Amino acid sequence: MSEVAFVLGLPLIGGLVLAMYGDRQAAARLNVLFCGATLAAAGLLATRVVEEGPLLVYNDLFFLDSFNVFLVALTAFVALTTALFSKPYMRNEVEHGRLTSRRLRLYHSMYQLFIFTMLLALLTNNMGMLWVAMEAATLTTVLLVSLYRTPASVEAAWKYFILCGVGIAQALFGTILLYFAAEKVLGAGGTALLWTHLNEVKGDLEPTVLGLAFVFLLVGYGTKVGLVPLHNWLPDAHSEGPTPMSAVLSGLLLNVALYAVVRCKVLVDGALESHFAGNLMMGFGLLSVVVAAFFLWRQRDVKRMFAYSSIEHMGLMTFAFGMGGPVATFAGLLHMTVHSLTKSAIFFAVGHAAQKTGTQVMDEIRGLVVTSPTIGWGLMLGSVAILGMPPFGVFASEFLLLTAAMQQQPWATPILLLSLGVAFAAIFIRVQAMVFGDTTAKRLPHAPALIPVFVHLAIVLMLGLYVPPYLAHWYRQAALFIG
Amino acid sequence: MAISAQLINFMAALLLLIAFAMLAQRRILSLIYLFAWQGLVLAANSVIVAYSTGQSHMYYSALLTFALKVILLPWILHRLIIKLDVRWDVETLINIPTIMLIGIALVIFAFNLALPISQLAGTITRSTLGIAMAIVLLSFLMMITRRKAVPQVIGFLAMENGLFFAATSTTYGMPMIVELGVALDVLIGMLILGIFFFQVREAFDSLDLSHMEKLKETDR
Repeated sequence: MSEVAFVLGLPLIGGLVLAMYGDRQAAARLNVLFCGATLAAAGLLATRVVEEGPLLVYNDLFFLDSFNVFLVALTAFVALTTALFSKPYMRNEVEHGRLTSRRLRLYHSMYQLFIFTMLLALLTNNMGMLWVAMEAATLTTVLLVSLYRTPASVEAAWKYFILCGVGIAQALFGTILLYFAAEKVLGAGGTALLWTHLNEVKGDLEPTVLGLAFVFLLVGYGTKVGLVPLHNWLPDAHSEGPTPMSAVLSGLLLNVALYAVVRCKVLVDGALESHFAGNLMMGFGLLSVVVAAFFLWRQRDVKRMFAYSSIEHMGLMTFAFGMGGPVATFAGLLHMTVHSLTKSAIFFAVGHAAQKTGTQVMDEIRGLVVTSPTIGWGLMLGSVAILGMPPFGVFASEFLLLTAAMQQQPWATPILLLSLGVAFAAIFIRVQAMVFGDTTAKRLPHAPALIPVFVHLAIVLMLGLYVPPYLAHWYRQAALFIG
Repeated sequence: MAISAQLINFMAALLLLIAFAMLAQRRILSLIYLFAWQGLVLAANSVIVAYSTGQSHMYYSALLTFALKVILLPWILHRLIIKLDVRWDVETLINIPTIMLIGIALVIFAFNLALPISQLAGTITRSTLGIAMAIVLLSFLMMITRRKAVPQVIGFLAMENGLFFAATSTTYGMPMIVELGVALDVLIGMLILGIFFFQVREAFDSLDLSHMEKLKETDR
């Protein structure tokens, strides 16, 4: 069981070590090193779970099944590539005078702690600890959003803190209600909030209490997923923070928050024996897809635009998990994977493009393909991938999702298709101009790290053409759990 | 048993009173004192519940509440407002009577919302769940009506107090590990906000949040 200790311990130690040495020359490399070690541990853990099935370790405190172990692996992987990306990116920012070395230390330390809180949220079996970890994930990132200390970034961080704080307070109330229902069946004490124990007795839990609890849990964790109308913090936090933060917020944190919602849904479904939780999720999901698609048109800041695209895709996933059934859940899981890889790749490319042109305003970014072909093509391919063009994985997951929707909820299909179309047009027009327009731009002092962009896109491409059997098996296993 | 039930109801009434007082209080320093009083009543309530039901873990919980919410957080807040030099700040709150009326409506709403749950609860504290929810909603109202950073954060902390009270009244408190985790989060959050206040003031030259209007969808 030492893998779990390593997966959680490494980023925690990393955070503490980097809190002391985060401003040294080697700090960025150290950051990468810790992430790499975490990924190795996560890989070992994943192979173990795949071979031996679900694991319960340390007095049932941590629980692993195919659903969360795949998210653990994904989180560790994107954390590593983002660390690789942030190495030259943050150096360029220091060179541009936007950051001091003290803030760099804060950044490195908080980055590791943020990864730690996400992994803790994924691995813990205790619904109360899940809440604690989610709240801690907000806390570790607040100061990172305001890292540049500009009025706009401070405002974004304040909004992020207050909205997510209030939102997640609702989730705490939901957790209290859940404990209240569980305590009657499982007795008082620490075990009554363990997810595996709850899952065994979910049929006996008081339905009215669980129904109410789910409303609070969905609103609470949904705020962090970025579901409309609770999404206000998301575009601000994404656009004003440093780009590596946008990449991990979008690619990882939203996934982890959605994971929390899905875990709660499984319990509530068992207790209610109706489609109440699913219907709520479908409603919120669909609303998010539609609203985000239309808001995409009004964006002028490139990171803001892709933040809205994240809201749209989180809406799609929430809809898929809400719909339920093996196909939709499979699609939701696949979409989680490909969205997180593609969106972080896009943010890597966008970050370098913004650094190169010195602006995030889309009208002023032009002709990337001439000045820096790799960034330009990275952004273009990433956008094509996120828009769901055929050879890429997003196409496969969206296609599956739409097929499932046509079978189970036919009324929703036209709305989804329309929104996807609107989003496609909005993003494609902007990106096309940014990549192929005329330009003047300067050279960066540190060569950008573009390998992460293409590694991510290559995996997404592969997932579009061919899902390896073990991964498909994995998703199917997880889909069984979620139902 | 009867006396302790009476005492618990009395404590709940006190908490509700404090929540209303916070809603109307315009001076930051007094607000911090009110927050400390709220923590004290909460801790006392936990002790009474622990004594009358024999739930010994509630004593620890009371101790934790006392250390965190009566001593540590008010102390940090007090130091912060001295350092930020906003100790004697008075906020202009428009229309206190209207806010109070909305508050009363929220209390009625909270009682109705809590009714089905408190009927299911078997604890001697169950009748206080309505008040717990009312405190959460009143703190929320306080956050909405305030324009300054420190009172907003106090509203946020008061909301957490309300949630803690809800946990006490429905289930005699959450498992100890969760309570410790929540307390740790609150403490870290407070420390981070402490740093953050200075950033806000540096960026906007004041702690007035109405200056924050850069990030709006319309003018972009």
